[in-house]
Amino acid sequence: MNDWIEIAKIDDIPRQGSRVVELDHDDRVNRIAVFRTASDDIYAVRDKCPHRGGPLSEGIVHGGQVTCPLHNWKIDLATGEAVLPDKGCARTYATKVEDGQVFLKLA
Amino acid sequence: MARMKLVLVGNGMAGMRTLEELLKAAPDHYDIEVFGDEPHPNYNRIMLSPVLAGEQTVEQIVLNSREWYAANGITLHTGKKIVKIDRKNRCVEADDGHGGKIRADYDRLLLATGSKPFILPVPGADLPGVVGFRDIADVDAMIHAASQYKHAVVIGGGLLGLEAANGLKLRGMEVSVVHLGDWLLERQLDEPAARLLQQNLEAKGLNFLLRKQTEELVRGESGRVCAVKFKDGESVPADLVVMAVGIRPNTELAESAGLHCHRGLVVNDTMQTFDPRIYAVGECVSHRGIAYGLVAPLFEQAKVCANHLAEHGVARYQGSMTSTKLKVTGIDLFSAGDFTGAPGTESLVYSDAATGSYKKLVIKDNKLVGACIYGDTLDGAWYFDLLREGTDIAQFRKTLLFGQHHLGDSGHGPAERVAALPDSAEICGCNGVCKGDIVKAIRANKLFTLDEVRAHTKASASCGSCTGLVEAVLAHTVGGDYSAAPSKKPLCKCTEHSHDEIIAAIRDQALKSMPAVFAALDWSTPDGCASCRPAVNYYLLARWPAEYKDDAQSRYINERAHGNIQKDGSFSVVPRMWGGLTNPKELRAIADVAEKFNVPEVKVTGGQRIDLFGVKKTDLPAMWKDLSDAGFVSGHAYGKALRTVKTCVGSQWCRFGTQDSTGLGVKLERMTWGSWTPHKYKMAVSGCPRNCAEATIKDFGIVCVESGYELHVGGNGGIKVRVTDLLCRVETEEQVMEYCGAYTQLYREEAHYLERTAPWVERVGLAHIKAKVVDDAAGRAELHERFKFSQQFAQIDPWKERADGGSAHEFQPIRITA
Ligand code: SRM
Ligand SMILES: Cc1cc2nc3c(=O)[nH]c(=O)nc-3n(C[C@H](O)[C@H](O)[C@H](O)COP(=O)(O)OP(=O)(O)OC[C@H]3O[C@@H](n4cnc5c(N)ncnc54)[C@H](O)[C@@H]3O)c2cc1C
Ligand code: SF4
Ligand code: FES
Repeated sequence: MNDWIEIAKIDDIPRQGSRVVELDHDDRVNRIAVFRTASDDIYAVRDKCPHRGGPLSEGIVHGGQVTCPLHNWKIDLATGEAVLPDKGCARTYATKVEDGQVFLKLA
Repeated sequence: MARMKLVLVGNGMAGMRTLEELLKAAPDHYDIEVFGDEPHPNYNRIMLSPVLAGEQTVEQIVLNSREWYAANGITLHTGKKIVKIDRKNRCVEADDGHGGKIRADYDRLLLATGSKPFILPVPGADLPGVVGFRDIADVDAMIHAASQYKHAVVIGGGLLGLEAANGLKLRGMEVSVVHLGDWLLERQLDEPAARLLQQNLEAKGLNFLLRKQTEELVRGESGRVCAVKFKDGESVPADLVVMAVGIRPNTELAESAGLHCHRGLVVNDTMQTFDPRIYAVGECVSHRGIAYGLVAPLFEQAKVCANHLAEHGVARYQGSMTSTKLKVTGIDLFSAGDFTGAPGTESLVYSDAATGSYKKLVIKDNKLVGACIYGDTLDGAWYFDLLREGTDIAQFRKTLLFGQHHLGDSGHGPAERVAALPDSAEICGCNGVCKGDIVKAIRANKLFTLDEVRAHTKASASCGSCTGLVEAVLAHTVGGDYSAAPSKKPLCKCTEHSHDEIIAAIRDQALKSMPAVFAALDWSTPDGCASCRPAVNYYLLARWPAEYKDDAQSRYINERAHGNIQKDGSFSVVPRMWGGLTNPKELRAIADVAEKFNVPEVKVTGGQRIDLFGVKKTDLPAMWKDLSDAGFVSGHAYGKALRTVKTCVGSQWCRFGTQDSTGLGVKLERMTWGSWTPHKYKMAVSGCPRNCAEATIKDFGIVCVESGYELHVGGNGGIKVRVTDLLCRVETEEQVMEYCGAYTQLYREEAHYLERTAPWVERVGLAHIKAKVVDDAAGRAELHERFKFSQQFAQIDPWKERADGGSAHEFQPIRITA
């Protein structure tokens, strides 16, 4: 799966918000949170907080970070790293926007 | 672009803190070079006392290791004293200690040269064996003397002198403290407290010579000092003399460069000297005529200075109020403000010589202006807060002397208890943080303030009820009182402005959008953070109900998705049940919904209604549609909003009921539902003083009596229980409704975001609320009108909106099949 997957139009994702992409595999569902920042950058991060698995997609987006709704860890959207002093990392995925269309790359 | 050059003179606490703040704010702005005339990297000077006492080692008190400087690209010169500033050519010149010179150019210069111990100008002051108490070299000299000699004399009975005396005693010397004044620590303690302190220290084996003026330090045969001679002719033997009679700002270098000095190097509110390229912080500085000698204010200066060096240009230092503690193990004293009891003030005094406790609080115009405590000092931080905030204490004056726990704070206990706790003792119940975790974090990361401990350990970062304990652990681990926050508390790290300033700016400058607020108030981040956005969104909504468009992305998920997020990411659904009343049709509808959507758990809540747990987010709109069709609206169980109006049976059925409490509760809930408030807002109506609806721990509670209604405000169950204050009595239901609307609106307009009514009432004082809601009939009517006006826009059921398709993206994932 090295291909870009077309997931949504940029305007389907609220600015300073996110959408969840659910990937149905045969046996399990993988949830990826796709964020759009105030400056219209798009990031994709696994929807699972490195702390206790909170849904990052539900967090408040500020600058290039999201604050997890469960215990307020801040996660850097570009790297998936928790902001110090917290430590941990959520997996990130490559994204691109072409003609207002958002693409996601899984591998 | 070439980076600018910054040179720091003085490798001490204030200067280095400034650099740390600067690296946080603008990591790549400067090439930095640091000169210090001590041979060490930056260390925690405060901890010299415990080092002297043998409780810590020099290695343990290093704040920034040489590796740290290297890792941050800072060039460090130790053992190099700057001897000249050439302002014209913008460079400094250092003595390399071997007769050579080192030069360094600067674009910005930061002076943080600290202060020097004041040495009494008496004969013999320059003899071997006479030292100050300022740096590692002094401590080394004292430790060395203690291993060889017997008699020590400390001149000066202030904080520094007593800590030196205590340390030398613990190192086995016979110690006498010489003091000119009538009692010890005159600037920190009043006489009774000082007497208790003196007794306590005498019990530890120290000897005191009060009202003694030193005339001469006598030279012994070996050439070393051998005795101290006083004006009254007496003398005491002394192999070591420690001068601790005060400090003087070290401005020698600044003066030689022609910078304006007057009792310190003079700076403005941005920490700039008279030469705009030269900044200064720390004990060498005189700000608005004051030179500070404690780290808390210096760290505030550091923060402001860093902000300007980073060219953010928004912060101002406006002076600090300070408090003091003595770092002698086993002795606790605290003082702040003016406790001498000047004319026009009143004093509350508690004194128990048997247990060695003494407390004096000085009050002026119902405000605390000074505090002096000896013995159990755990409430010191609380008094200090009351003092700085100028809190009206009229309402709890009777219990003020007994401390915060008498107001119902569960987190407090005696200071000794904290010291005695094992490392495994849980301090923060919310985040499961043990004492050992906190101590380890403080040591490993060199933490100084409560905020830092919160950031690193999360201790007290949630409900805050253990704040007192965390502060006690902090104080116990690092010594002095570092946790003193600036006199003004900014809303969050994105701004220098306080809640009140932001509320006022939104009102006075008619700011009607979030970007307008961020621009007008110089936010340091482009779009705020998870703390300030919800707050500002609320303030805008409360001030401009008709015009401001709520910003969903600035709402916490619960309020954005109108359900309460659960630990597994599912949601709970609580439909509104007016006043706790229900009927078979409603119950049937809830039962149907629960079955249809496979709700895993149904529970009756503590708020008299039914909670459906474990609902998938994607099911929410469909479930709400069914509930909405059955006549339900959202119960806002997730919001900073009106929650429940609890009622009891009342006169309809109950043999004691005096009024229709159930009916009144329903009316109140119909009037107030849907309103957003600074924090959650709960009401209750009890039919008689038996108070089965627990109205006296609600934000607004009503107790019905034969003659009418008692209105109670500012109650809180939960973390810190607070019983309501009686606002007033009224006679009719119409009056209850009007007072309720007015009081709610006052809270909505004035309280800080995330401040419940209980702390709000304590902060602004009941008198203020009575003046606005009870005494001023016209004002009350206006408040009530404003409340009703804003309700027009608030009473739109968010569930129905979404059931009808609003914010659909929020609830629907994008599904991709691989
Ligand atoms: C559902 C309920 C417990 C129950 O099963 O009975 C409940 C559940 C929660 N309460 Fe509560 N509280 C519930 C009644 C209460 C009460 C009792 C009451 O209202 O009479 C109190 C004490 C009274 C008070 O508030 O003064 C109460 C004091 C708290 C507090 C402490 C508030 C404080 O100011 O000290 C919190 C924490 C907070 O709000 O920050 C809290 C927070 C919570 C949260 C929202 C925690 C959270 O942020 O997720 C819980 C959500 C559980 C969930 O998964 O949905 N809950 N909570 C009750 C809902 C009542 C309702 O019908 O809406
Ligand atoms: C024993 C002791 C206990 C204390 N206890 C407490 C306490 O409990 N609570 C509290 O709040 N405060 C306490 N203090 C005070 C606190 O340590 C000082 O307020 C703080 O260190 C001042 O910081 P500063 O950066 O202004 O000065 P310093 O930390 O003194 O740093 C100044 C540095 O500049 C160097 N320097 C000076 N001139 C030059 C030059 N020309 N070239 C190169 N380098 C130069 C000095 O050598 C020094 O290293 C205590 C102080 C002492 C000595
Ligand atoms: S429902 Fe309330 S008391 Fe119970 S665990 Fe949750 S927050 Fe704590
Ligand atoms: S699960 Fe994200 S902060 Fe705890």
